[in-house]
Amino acid sequence: MTRTRGLLLVGLLVALVLAGGVSYYASSSPDGLTKVSEDEGFDRTATDHPLADSPVADYEIRGVDDGRLAGGLAGVIGVVATFAIGGLVFRVVRRPARGHDAAAAGPVHMAAGGREGPGR
Amino acid sequence: MHVPDGFIDAPVSVGAGVVAAVAIGAALRGSRRELGDERVAPLAGLVAAFVFAVQMLNFPVVSGTSGHLLGGALAAVLVGPWTGLLCVSVVLLVQLFFADGGLTAYGINVTCMALTTVLVGWLVFRGVLRLLPKVPASVVPASFVAALVSVPAAALAFTGCYALGGSADLPIGSLAAAMVGVHVLIGIGEAMITGLVVSSVLAVRPDLVHGARDLVAARRSSAVSPVVAS
Repeated sequence: MTRTRGLLLVGLLVALVLAGGVSYYASSSPDGLTKVSEDEGFDRTATDHPLADSPVADYEIRGVDDGRLAGGLAGVIGVVATFAIGGLVFRVVRRPARGHDAAAAGPVHMAAGGREGPGR
Repeated sequence: MHVPDGFIDAPVSVGAGVVAAVAIGAALRGSRRELGDERVAPLAGLVAAFVFAVQMLNFPVVSGTSGHLLGGALAAVLVGPWTGLLCVSVVLLVQLFFADGGLTAYGINVTCMALTTVLVGWLVFRGVLRLLPKVPASVVPASFVAALVSVPAAALAFTGCYALGGSADLPIGSLAAAMVGVHVLIGIGEAMITGLVVSSVLAVRPDLVHGARDLVAARRSSAVSPVVAS
């Protein structure tokens, strides 16, 4: 468990550094689809994004002038939000082994719990 | 490859939305088994966060064009295909607030960038793994090839959507060629990142790489003495 927590912390740290710092050095050229749409002449058919006025639109915090800071903060917010929403989804998805403390139950109870509890 | 609003017409967008909803519904059920181990749920959240971060890192490919990781193959290998599909779908959901990927195009984007990459990536991964020695390290080349193939597959999925309901009347053959051409190159980047990440996790926690589970278990049971095994 502790070693898994270690991997979790290191992984999150790496994600935060990548999104918060390294992303500043990412290529700003159009991506594959955007380039193809320009070459083929259908890029103009794209419509404005309904959330174009979002405070983090285009990966830049609105109101922050420094580009490095605006992009880095947006990246950090994105990583934290994704981790939080993802964590929530996966916690809900996982068949809840309620009734006894999961930590105390241990793997044996977990395995048994999966087969019991009809309809849950 | 985030598809903006306007590229694909409403009927096809709705159709892709239904495909995406069915796939996510199936994944919600399927991932329950993959998440059976209590350690995996927070790791799945980490995989989603990591994919979000790496998707910000556009790398140059050719003549003023860039690409970034899609992450479906990576997520499928690390946490399983059902959970991987949910990971990339969560990433695409969060990206809506960053105005990346259209709102009405969410179904299109889930279909192309999550469903297609996970499905093709996982099938190729399993297929390649069958040809390789039955050791945990084989998951690295298998995930490399899976990632490589998954990106042009997503490009073809987009082309298919465009053929059905594209905003302009284009010769689909030339669109397919252009899309696949550039996305094969992006796929090489995808493959390198995927191979690097899978080999890193495999080095520290082979038991947490979903795609290596059988191989790690097989090695462990063969290492146990026959007396204990019985």
